[in-house]
Amino acid sequence: MTERFVVAIDQGTTSTRCIVFDRRGNLVSVAQREHRQHFPRPGWVEHDAMEIWRNVGKVVPRALNQAGLSIDQIAAIGIANQRETTVVWDRRTGVPVAPALIWQDTRTDLVVEALSRASGAEHIQELCGLPLTTYFSGPKLRWLLDHIPGLAERAERGEVLFGTMESWLIWNLTGGPDGGLHLTDVTNASRTMLMDLRTLDWHPRLLSFFGVPAAMLPQIRSSSEVYGTATAVLPGVRIAAALGDQQAALFGQTCFDPGEAKCTYGTGSFLLLNTGTEPVPSRHGLLTTVGYRIGDEPARYALEGSIAITGSLVQWFRDRLELISTAPEIETLARTVDDNGGCYIVPAFSGLFAPHWRSEARGTIVGLTSYITKGHLARAVLEATGWQTREVVDAMNADSGLELTALRVDGGMTANNLLMQFVADVLAVPVVRPMAAETVSLGAAYAAGLAVEYWPDLEGLRSNWHPAARWVPEMDAAVRTRERENWRRAVERTFDWIRPEEDPARR
Amino acid sequence: MPGQVQSIARAAAILRLLASSSGRLGIGEIARSLNLPKGTAHGIIRTLQDVGFVEQDKTSGKYQLGATLLHLGTSYLDVNELRSRSINWADPLAARSGEAVRIGTLLDGKVLVVHHVFRPDDILQTLDVGSLLPPHATALGKVLLAYDVGAANAATQREPEPYTRRTLVTARALTRALSEIRDNGWGAEIGEMTPGEAGIAAPIRGYGGLVVGAIGLSGPVDRTCDGSGNPRPALVTYVRDAARAVSRDLGATRW
Repeated sequence: MTERFVVAIDQGTTSTRCIVFDRRGNLVSVAQREHRQHFPRPGWVEHDAMEIWRNVGKVVPRALNQAGLSIDQIAAIGIANQRETTVVWDRRTGVPVAPALIWQDTRTDLVVEALSRASGAEHIQELCGLPLTTYFSGPKLRWLLDHIPGLAERAERGEVLFGTMESWLIWNLTGGPDGGLHLTDVTNASRTMLMDLRTLDWHPRLLSFFGVPAAMLPQIRSSSEVYGTATAVLPGVRIAAALGDQQAALFGQTCFDPGEAKCTYGTGSFLLLNTGTEPVPSRHGLLTTVGYRIGDEPARYALEGSIAITGSLVQWFRDRLELISTAPEIETLARTVDDNGGCYIVPAFSGLFAPHWRSEARGTIVGLTSYITKGHLARAVLEATGWQTREVVDAMNADSGLELTALRVDGGMTANNLLMQFVADVLAVPVVRPMAAETVSLGAAYAAGLAVEYWPDLEGLRSNWHPAARWVPEMDAAVRTRERENWRRAVERTFDWIRPEEDPARR
Repeated sequence: MPGQVQSIARAAAILRLLASSSGRLGIGEIARSLNLPKGTAHGIIRTLQDVGFVEQDKTSGKYQLGATLLHLGTSYLDVNELRSRSINWADPLAARSGEAVRIGTLLDGKVLVVHHVFRPDDILQTLDVGSLLPPHATALGKVLLAYDVGAANAATQREPEPYTRRTLVTARALTRALSEIRDNGWGAEIGEMTPGEAGIAAPIRGYGGLVVGAIGLSGPVDRTCDGSGNPRPALVTYVRDAARAVSRDLGATRW
């Protein structure tokens, strides 16, 4: 029998990748293509959904060629995608009516401000698990309906379709205007602000709050189930999974039990904790979201804490302060000193996110003395990521009543040993990096392989997970307590910096 | 006497020009000063930039001497950079071979473990990044010595410590082993550090072929060696493939 494989399509913010995995979860081949980022105005970030769809058509055959595989060797396709990015397209022509609005796009700030004053705003988070901010798809869709002439009417008549990236790709993979399937999965739908977290269906109150016609919405399906068969790119192959990228990483890290958590360390960092079959409302500034849903099983929920500035603080240290020439050098510089020398950097570059949510806060460096060297600053940069992780974990423990016992990590910053040791030290739990670095793609592949019985069950997936490195806490408890308190005081000093009339963005 | 290599002479002239100028220079200024076609000057500058001897200012696009020139005598590749660049190749090596993987560089006559990937069998292991290994008794160390004359001389002049009966303790045995490694392009250690354990390693090269580290696996002799006591050829291939992949990433074109 010829060996079979699973294809993952990772449609990310900067690029689209195709990764082929074998039965042991090993990466067989990978092909990648970046797409253009459009910044037509300050705060606006757009993608061309057509370009992304064309890139899928390029990277998938390339990945198969690299590994010398034929289409009949592919057991299933799974999709992981940048979340919240919003596409609206014409159902007859398949042409998007506007550029895709990216999650980072903040043009909806006025929409959000107006909505937050509207009646019923106070019940929104209860229903959908998310606070009203510019990130999520609902406000972006509202903006499009408001600003594209005639779009609202066409949406009412069902002539245009809404979707996040996975919907757009699945619709195109299954025929586009010619019978394409219009659907989304529970994890992506949970980022729209339009879905009721408990019923896992579009909620009429949310639809009317955002003024979104039901006719344009995709059908909500499980994250792992056979949606249909591809007619383009990989004709005849079953499309069997879709997850938002961070949820895919949770799945790829095999965090299947309540209390298991992963953190992906990149430009920003995303910590997701599996909370089981009940959504846990947050009283500490976290998001409640769907973790995944396999077939007809009950959905698994997650608490999510997003940290805006982690890797980007190292980039700032490199590109703006020019104290290092490559990101990994920060570890070398930090190791020239034994501790932070009493110096703390709080990177509230655009306010503080989870768990504080203080938009008026701005970054600060405190504890400067003539003793401080660039080595201490480098330490403070790395420690900022550690303490921000700790704040999110504390909020999660408080919200969920679960006590984190280990943190699974992935992403580029896990190559930094000093940082990973520091994270273990401040969390007082082991930090584990798995052998499979590509957890986002792996999660999509796992979910797809599970649906077509390429892998038998979750236990089979767990047995593929092996630690590649493990950092155990070494910090003295008294030191941890003292430093935690210092960090807390440093954070407080960032509050109330921007006064409304002084905000240069609003002049 | 063989003829002058023109592009090296021109490169030297560009470096002198940049060193003597008070500010940064644009490509046009450099080409005019040396009476070179702009394309030729650009090609040389790009190569000097690749090796770190010249840096380009991001905003003005002008050139200046690179920081690398100031510490030519010390190691040119930051060890944390080496880990960062090799992490994506070390993981698959451990996954494919089923053994623990380490990356090392020489530090004051010892092997510094720069990166460590656990053996993929879920048995509790301890991260030993930052620890120091004896160069004469490890595959990583012998490979590093094979391409570093100074360190090799120092190692043979010391009395190498005997860890097992198989440890190479004479200058002659070690010198012969290093020469064999250079001929083969990889090296092994079988029971020379710990009885019953073996290691296989290959050099990681940077630009110009300069050896900047070594990557290798280690495990029990009965898994890593065949019936006649030699390293399993499949494992040797995995190690060499990984070393070549990292070297390519670091800019070593020929390996």
